[in-house]
Amino acid sequence: MTDPLARPPKKNPQKVQTVPVLPPAFRSRAAMGLTAAAAEGRFKLQHCAECGAVQYPPRDACVSCLGLELLWKDTDPVGELIADTVVHTSPNLYFRRQAPWRCGTVRLNAGPSIFCHVHGDCLKGSDVRLLSRLDRAGQGVLIAIPKETTPNMADDPELRELGADPKHRRVLITDGRQPGAPALAKALLDAGAMTVFVGEGETWRPYPERSALEKMDGVHLMPLDLTDTSSVVELAGEIGGKVDILINNARFMRPGGVLARGDTAFARDEMEVNYLGLMRLAQAFGPGMKARGADGINNAAAWVNILSINAIANDPAYGSFNASQAAALSLAQSLRAELRPGGVKVMTVFCGPTDDDWYQDVPPPKLLPGAVARSVVQGLRDGVEDVWCGDVAKDYAERWRQDPRVLERELAGDMG
Amino acid sequence: MNALTQMATALTSGEIEVVDLTHTLDPDFPVIILPPEFGQCARFRMEEVSAYDHRGPAWKWHNISMSEHTGTHFDAPVHWVSGRDVANGAVDEIPTEAFIGPVCVIDCSEGAAQDDDFELTPEIIDEWEATNGRIPEDTWVLMRTDWSKRRGADYLNMREDGPHSPGPTPEAIRLLVEERGIRGFGTETVGTDAGQGMHYAPPYPAHYILHGNGRYGLQCLTGLDRLPATGAMLICPPLKIRNGTGSPLRVLALVPKGTS
Repeated sequence: MTDPLARPPKKNPQKVQTVPVLPPAFRSRAAMGLTAAAAEGRFKLQHCAECGAVQYPPRDACVSCLGLELLWKDTDPVGELIADTVVHTSPNLYFRRQAPWRCGTVRLNAGPSIFCHVHGDCLKGSDVRLLSRLDRAGQGVLIAIPKETTPNMADDPELRELGADPKHRRVLITDGRQPGAPALAKALLDAGAMTVFVGEGETWRPYPERSALEKMDGVHLMPLDLTDTSSVVELAGEIGGKVDILINNARFMRPGGVLARGDTAFARDEMEVNYLGLMRLAQAFGPGMKARGADGINNAAAWVNILSINAIANDPAYGSFNASQAAALSLAQSLRAELRPGGVKVMTVFCGPTDDDWYQDVPPPKLLPGAVARSVVQGLRDGVEDVWCGDVAKDYAERWRQDPRVLERELAGDMG
Repeated sequence: MNALTQMATALTSGEIEVVDLTHTLDPDFPVIILPPEFGQCARFRMEEVSAYDHRGPAWKWHNISMSEHTGTHFDAPVHWVSGRDVANGAVDEIPTEAFIGPVCVIDCSEGAAQDDDFELTPEIIDEWEATNGRIPEDTWVLMRTDWSKRRGADYLNMREDGPHSPGPTPEAIRLLVEERGIRGFGTETVGTDAGQGMHYAPPYPAHYILHGNGRYGLQCLTGLDRLPATGAMLICPPLKIRNGTGSPLRVLALVPKGTS
């Protein structure tokens, strides 16, 4: 079993901040396939289209037949840990700081033997499961974990380093007024978050979610309005140094595409909240989080944006709103690259229609707040960058991969 | 000395006091809330352009944005459907004489303290006139409720059935407009109408009757407790916005010393 992770002590104010350093980030273009798979938490390896051989490490040609068509496919992750060792020192600053670090070789049932990170509970000679994860440099790596769950498994230092587990971390949920906010706060507290700050704008306007949030131990309601720069800056001034996970759940939406609206007023509101709100938050909270990427057990670990799946392909019934989601998605890509030197991950939770007032005339399946909350927590534990929340989002993502233009035309339906 | 130099002397000597009836434009100041399907009133927002830094080394300035009806603001006749065809009904067309003139203040603060839905009625106006004399033609009439002293959620006082705040009945507004010929009507609440004003006939009677008759509105006023019932001068020029239906503005009152 793994020793349970103790609640981190209060910070010593006389100690110099530990600056983030990263594991080696260089990869060949072929090896980036591993990173792309890890971004979704999928264990994929190269499969030769000609001879079917599965290979690792990634290469430009098949080691068996020199075939050039190598497909990244989901692969059976089970194998045997045949060798292990512990690194006690390293010339690399990152691993020097992380030492001791366990590594080993796993012979996969699918064929290749893989040198990878190894969870402390894996026994040599026993079956293990490989997980594809993003390391702090945002590159795909593999870690062997026990095939069966062990006590406090997530507290293993190597596994924790490859994720953004909410346990003992302090979270900011940006918009308490969203219908899903109480479920999200509860899921994070249940996952062991130390504190959940919840932003609330316009307290001069009552909202039903407040009573549920007020009752939760560990939730602190804080003034925050993403459309008001001064409010964002003020809150960052107060708590910016102790936000380890930021979850931006703010959303402004109204139905309608371009022609259904006679003006740009709602479109402006959508951009103010969904796009510029994200930018204001990032400008206020980003630098602090980036600097705190190596700040002990409750270091800054992840930035989460909850977006519509239609960020990747527009459904014109909500065309203007979806454009703001596409803008936010694009900005998040930039933010991901900008936060990477701090080891802070940027995750997008792509949602299908949610079961709330603005999607009331959309047929099911629709996402309940609990489902979104579960996806957020699981995504954080897995340290992924893309979470497809619910069947609609998964389906759209698959169709988008097959052909974005076909999906676009299908989403247009009769309108096109 | 002509009247103006007399006034200037009185202003410098303090014989005439200048009272600010304006709330600070603050991003967190409440605005009117409409059902979510309708277009909404933009809040006051301020974005820094530079602050003596790399974006502009020797100067600080902001871009600001808001609705015509944000904060302490003026309502022009074209704001309401009843006033859409009123001549010179937009803020840039209104004769400038309208922006300065005598003001009567009807104190409803006691009633409003007891009842969130307190109504200004013809009876209250009659009673006020019994003490202060008949409301002269072409004056501003302000309804004092001390509502401006409320903070946070108490200001809009929003409940499941909508906001609750004091305002005039249709009969009271008719009396002021049709029989007294007032120039405009002002309140301390977020609108010239009561919070539940949509349930009168006509709905929103102050807006409907005032603007339909080419009269003006002022709302989100503060400091009305510093004005005498009569004898003060109101100064309220809105921004000159082309076809503007209203405007945030600085509202001042000139008050004889000792009466504020």
